[in-house]
Amino acid sequence: MMDELRELYQEVILDHGKNPRNFRHPDDANREAKGENPMCGDRFMVYLKLKDGVVEDVAFQGRGCAISTASASMMTEVVKGKTEAEAKALFETFHDLCTKDDHEHGDHGPVDEEAMEKLMVMSGVRQFPVRVKCATLAWHAMNAAIEGQDKASSE
Amino acid sequence: MDTQIADPTLTTYDVERVRADFPVLSRTVHDRKGKPGKPLVYLDSAASAQKPRQVIDAMTRFLEEDYSNIHRGVHFLSQTATDQFEAVRGKVARFLNAPSERNIVFTRSATEAVNLVAHSYGRAFLSEGDEIILSVMEHHANIVPWQLLQADKGVRIKVVPVDDRGVLDLDAYADLLSDRTKLVAITHCSNVLGTVTPAKEIARLAHERGVPVLFDGSQAAVHGVVDVQDIDADFYIMTGHKLYGPTGTGVLYGKYDLLKKMPPYQGGGDMIESVSFEGTTFKLPPARFEAGTPAITEVIGLGAALDYIESLGREAIAAHEHDLLRYATEKLSQVEGVRIIGTAPGKGPILSFTVEGVHPHDVGTIVDQYGVAVRVGRHCAEPLSERFGVGPTARASFALYNTRAEADALVSSVIAVKEFFGA
Repeated sequence: MMDELRELYQEVILDHGKNPRNFRHPDDANREAKGENPMCGDRFMVYLKLKDGVVEDVAFQGRGCAISTASASMMTEVVKGKTEAEAKALFETFHDLCTKDDHEHGDHGPVDEEAMEKLMVMSGVRQFPVRVKCATLAWHAMNAAIEGQDKASSE
Repeated sequence: MDTQIADPTLTTYDVERVRADFPVLSRTVHDRKGKPGKPLVYLDSAASAQKPRQVIDAMTRFLEEDYSNIHRGVHFLSQTATDQFEAVRGKVARFLNAPSERNIVFTRSATEAVNLVAHSYGRAFLSEGDEIILSVMEHHANIVPWQLLQADKGVRIKVVPVDDRGVLDLDAYADLLSDRTKLVAITHCSNVLGTVTPAKEIARLAHERGVPVLFDGSQAAVHGVVDVQDIDADFYIMTGHKLYGPTGTGVLYGKYDLLKKMPPYQGGGDMIESVSFEGTTFKLPPARFEAGTPAITEVIGLGAALDYIESLGREAIAAHEHDLLRYATEKLSQVEGVRIIGTAPGKGPILSFTVEGVHPHDVGTIVDQYGVAVRVGRHCAEPLSERFGVGPTARASFALYNTRAEADALVSSVIAVKEFFGA
């Protein structure tokens, strides 16, 4: 039982949760979207600097639980420098990782394998269905920002 | 021994015997590969209470032996079912000390009861510029129906603040009351802070200006004796599923002269005298507000739940719960970094808290691994969580079946949370 807890709250996650990376509001951001989970009150703003179809900078602010904060932090690390299409492919693949068994994972186009390996630490949420929204919240917001929307549509 | 005898909970209240009445309390959670996990420590009764065998059996027996639609048939079963259903109306009336069972309207939930008053009374008797007074502690169920009325009729909503302990600011309330005030709708016990509001005084001040008062008793009716005549409530609302009864059962108490002048809330069968396409006439309350087939079996279950509560004694239950609250508050306060939200004197057995450096959602997930069920989030009371500047919280709530050992389990699981996060 406690193994599953350790699986969910791996050291990497606890670290990102406590010391989130890219926790800022870039002056030159040209896209932003809000991600909100009304049930638990988690609320993030995700900021993007998009130029010529590339995510030149990505950052976030807000408050949330360890899972949602860590996931947002890791998202900013892996999405930076990606094209819009690559970022969306990462989002879709990550979403599968959190919600579906391995054999159900879809093909969302070419995806940064190294980034996915890093994100594997989040897969523990699959054992905690109510926490999936925490793990995907900032990702939804990032995806919304790329699509030019100002808030993430909740699944 | 003297001190023990002085404690009424030890002499008159056998919590282990009470627990034996609740089948679910003997289960374990997070069982793995045939190995039992942790005993369930259910501290989420403020969200919904567990059901005693007596309620489950009453519903089963009714379904097996007496079930039929009510108020309709001339046949034997319909009469039997109607008699039993209506008997529960009388039980509810006695439970709230209502003058008569005709003051009691069955709804599907407390939420529906508030919507009924907002829709029926609100639309008929409130108009643009009129003011409704709420408190900052309200559950969304006692905010949003009034906001819908605001959008529809242009009424204004005024909000009574609370102090840092969560005590309602009665002076501010008195100041908000004016000639424009047409209704007061305030909780009798906060679902987040546990604060019990001074209902009698709230009603007295409103009545000085001829303003009717609605109390949301969803929590208060569970934790103490409610006397609607003593507090002089115009409307009083409660819900069955927090009272150890089934879901689908809400209650609206209303003074009869008010109910009588209110138009129907929903139209349908069972609420009309006669129907023609030239015009339809409506029954008197409470039938006027009970369109359609109600939750018959569930109302029977609610009756059994009220009997069960009375059999234990409401004062004895309240004393037991208060003991648990005091005990748990003391123990939890000793854990460094724990902040208790809501410290009003005489509060109900609801314990909201935060753990420094750990988000409540993470608290909830981790204590759950120890079998401890608490609510986390904003508890359907967003304005209040903003007021205390804490955002979401974790909430443990104590019920007639909880024990001091369970309070200990809560505290040790919170300590485990802190260790886990190094907080």
